[in-house]
Amino acid sequence: MSTRRDFIKIAATGLGGLALGAGSVAWFRGTSRWAETAAKAAAGFQGRFPTYCEICFWSCAGWTYTDEEGRITRITGNAGDPHCNGRLCPRGTGGVGAYYDEDRLRTPLIRKEINGKQEFVPAGWDEALDLVAERLKEISRKHGPESIALFNHGSPGDHFGHLLKAMGSNNIAAPSFAQCRGPRDTGWYVTFGTGVGSPEPTDIRDTRCLVLIGSHIGENMHNGQVQEMADAIDRGATLITVDPRFSTAASKSRFWLPIKPSTDLALLMAWIHVLIYEELYNRDYVERYTYGFDLLKEHVRNMTPEWAYGITTLQPALIRETARQMADAAPSVIVHPGRHVTWYGDDTQRTRAIAILNALLGSWGSRGGFYFAESVQVPDYPHPEYPTPAWSWQDLQREKYPLAGLAVSNVLVEASLKETEESRRIRAWIVAGTNLPLTIPLKKTLQQAMQDVEFMVVVDTMPMEITGYADVVLPECTYLERYDTLRSLAHREPNIALRMPAAEPMYDSKPSWWMAKQLGERLGLGSYFNYKDYTDVLEWQLQQLGTSLEEMKKTGVKKFPRTSGPLYFQKGENYTFNTNTGKIELYATELAATGYDPMPVYTPHEEPPPGYYRLIYGRAPMHTFSRTANNPNLTDLMDQNDVWVNPRVARLWGLENGQYVHLKNPEGIVSSFPIRVRITERIRWDSVYMVHGFGHSWKKLSRAYGKGANDTELMSKVTIDPVMGGTGMRGNFVTFVTEEPVAKEVES
Amino acid sequence: MRYAMAIDTKKCVGCSDCVVACQTENNVPIGYCRDWVTESVTGTYPLVEIEIRSERCNHCDNAPCVRCCPTGASHIVEGGVVMVTHNKCIGCGACIQSCPYDARYSHPEGYVDKCTFCHHRLVEGGRPACVEVCPTRCMYFGDLDQPQSEVSQILARRKWKVLAPEAGTRPQVYFLV
Repeated sequence: MSTRRDFIKIAATGLGGLALGAGSVAWFRGTSRWAETAAKAAAGFQGRFPTYCEICFWSCAGWTYTDEEGRITRITGNAGDPHCNGRLCPRGTGGVGAYYDEDRLRTPLIRKEINGKQEFVPAGWDEALDLVAERLKEISRKHGPESIALFNHGSPGDHFGHLLKAMGSNNIAAPSFAQCRGPRDTGWYVTFGTGVGSPEPTDIRDTRCLVLIGSHIGENMHNGQVQEMADAIDRGATLITVDPRFSTAASKSRFWLPIKPSTDLALLMAWIHVLIYEELYNRDYVERYTYGFDLLKEHVRNMTPEWAYGITTLQPALIRETARQMADAAPSVIVHPGRHVTWYGDDTQRTRAIAILNALLGSWGSRGGFYFAESVQVPDYPHPEYPTPAWSWQDLQREKYPLAGLAVSNVLVEASLKETEESRRIRAWIVAGTNLPLTIPLKKTLQQAMQDVEFMVVVDTMPMEITGYADVVLPECTYLERYDTLRSLAHREPNIALRMPAAEPMYDSKPSWWMAKQLGERLGLGSYFNYKDYTDVLEWQLQQLGTSLEEMKKTGVKKFPRTSGPLYFQKGENYTFNTNTGKIELYATELAATGYDPMPVYTPHEEPPPGYYRLIYGRAPMHTFSRTANNPNLTDLMDQNDVWVNPRVARLWGLENGQYVHLKNPEGIVSSFPIRVRITERIRWDSVYMVHGFGHSWKKLSRAYGKGANDTELMSKVTIDPVMGGTGMRGNFVTFVTEEPVAKEVES
Repeated sequence: MRYAMAIDTKKCVGCSDCVVACQTENNVPIGYCRDWVTESVTGTYPLVEIEIRSERCNHCDNAPCVRCCPTGASHIVEGGVVMVTHNKCIGCGACIQSCPYDARYSHPEGYVDKCTFCHHRLVEGGRPACVEVCPTRCMYFGDLDQPQSEVSQILARRKWKVLAPEAGTRPQVYFLV
């Protein structure tokens, strides 16, 4: 099939500007000296610049250090930051690698057809921005600004989101909703009237019992949580981990429940049964705050541990014992809501069960359970009101997923297909900081949508797979080289953090705020970008907050007193929840009203066919999704993923440790690259496990290319959560291909 | 004064932050490391146990690397810290062979390198970079001759072991188990 948009290799010949000059000795190639550093170095001051981390969403505040010559040497945590307490995780410490990565995008690139072949041609900023502005203007004029969508992750989304809203579109989606935590926040919302939020307000520091359902804290390096979990271990808190894999967290736990995958909801309902029928629930709390207890009691009457045993393979005595442990610790108990929860398509309901458990235990709003987090409201820099879009993602989702509180990325992808109704069709994409091909598992739809859109601009620091589909690529400088929006993340103490550059942008890369402003001015929206430099915005905002840029440059982080009241419910306090009944809804009236099960019902999920194993994926502490797979410091720690295989399975297949195999799913998709076998007792015999984010098919990622397998490409089956549109990804199975598969074309 | 390190295997999650922090603190070239993380798995599913250890030079009291060094580049300084003077090292590698912990490596610039307990930080009253960065606070450092130091306290309170005690090196990195 001839395609309008060929996948372009950024490493194509003829791009002199991208040629790699030197090998490994080039890490510390000189960068232009940052004026401020030079001045300080002259005065005998070692440069130290506040930042907050962009390597993951935890956004820990830290300090970037530079040497006498102004070169970035290391990053450490900011001791005043409640999100990291002065300690970054390996990715944050290794953030220097994002800066020194010689594979970075270096100049704007424009897709051009030369002798019948599409190529990227390096361009100056004016040429690239003029082209983007012209195309967006044209598409907006013909089809309305709403036909332009933004897919984003992290800080660049702030700036491009502002641009899009100024243009009159609100079609902004982040895969972090429908591919990650959306079900959890939806499940929480219909129960407690509020989402869980990020970072999760889990009071692990003071908990007596922490229950993890497939959540692998310690392998997911959500910094503050890992720190508090270690503290909890020190204090002798009881850890209960439910996971078919002996995760690191499981190895630290007093109880590990090696559950049969896909059956978690049955276990959760059995726990609810035990709490209710053994009268272990928090009676005062349930009476004061909840709605629908009697309905729930009747609902779970037959959901006994014996019933769950046949489903989960967990001993009834173990189910009872762990329920009693939770009740003993209550209300200082946390049944963790998880984070990446798009597993089986009934994920909102599973999270609902977790929410109900927490309500029965009285942990929401209790010390050692969940605290009420508070964040600082950073005022918007003055700009004209955004125009009201004629339509938006809400209109696309209203009928299908009425309870999705945020834009569902896959809905916007589907709305970009040619067959979409003209008046509701997305025609152009801005993709900022998210590598969609390794993120959204609906491969065919995504590929088709990327062909069907009329224009695509990609903003990134690295030549990720998504950049190959762009019409224009705009190279963003790394977070160590730019100012950004103030970080304001909820915590026990409200706080803000500043990110400022520690070096000038390398190559011809630019900050997103600058790109958005340049485009805004070209689109006649200069009044929305009424400042010379982003420091003007920061200075104004900080003054409104009673501080200054000068102060923040010295401290990096500033804490503010709480204004929303205490961290926990006070004894006997009455409280109106933001639900239909004003109570915590054990019976969810919102779900009933929209035609969904008002209380969770376990339904069996498909099992692997003979010879196949369930594909479970997760995180490694030194990587964030696919975005760190080329970072020189972090690949030095882990440069590929392994497929974990139980020794019994390995014997059946004659596999050896360290051997490379391809993986194949029942739909016939074979992994593009082989993956190394790790034979380990840490995984069940009915499943295999791998870390997500590897198997890059992009040759320009010199360290990541071809290393390990890409789990996303093996996800042919996606189960959509009917409540909020999330893409359940754990219903996929794989088998081993031990012979070298017939050579096939790999996108690269 | 006797510097020592105690590492709590019950808290360590094996994230390798200690490894990156050491690399950026000590300018260790990519592809090399002064500290590293090991994981040993025992048992059969579902009765499994893991021990995760952050390992490095043990700064042994009876250090074979110092005894075998022909130039005196490997030596012991105050506090029992085993150091290598780079410009006295001829890169012969005898110390690498003698170390039962495989804690030393040949630096591409021609000398042997290894963990110094971040001696440059100790002399300024600081602690090693790995200890400072560890998100789980599983590493304790201090003076064993001071009964009040956190390392003395934790070793008095908890069960511990050292690696390869049979080698007779009297290692000073302790693992809490």
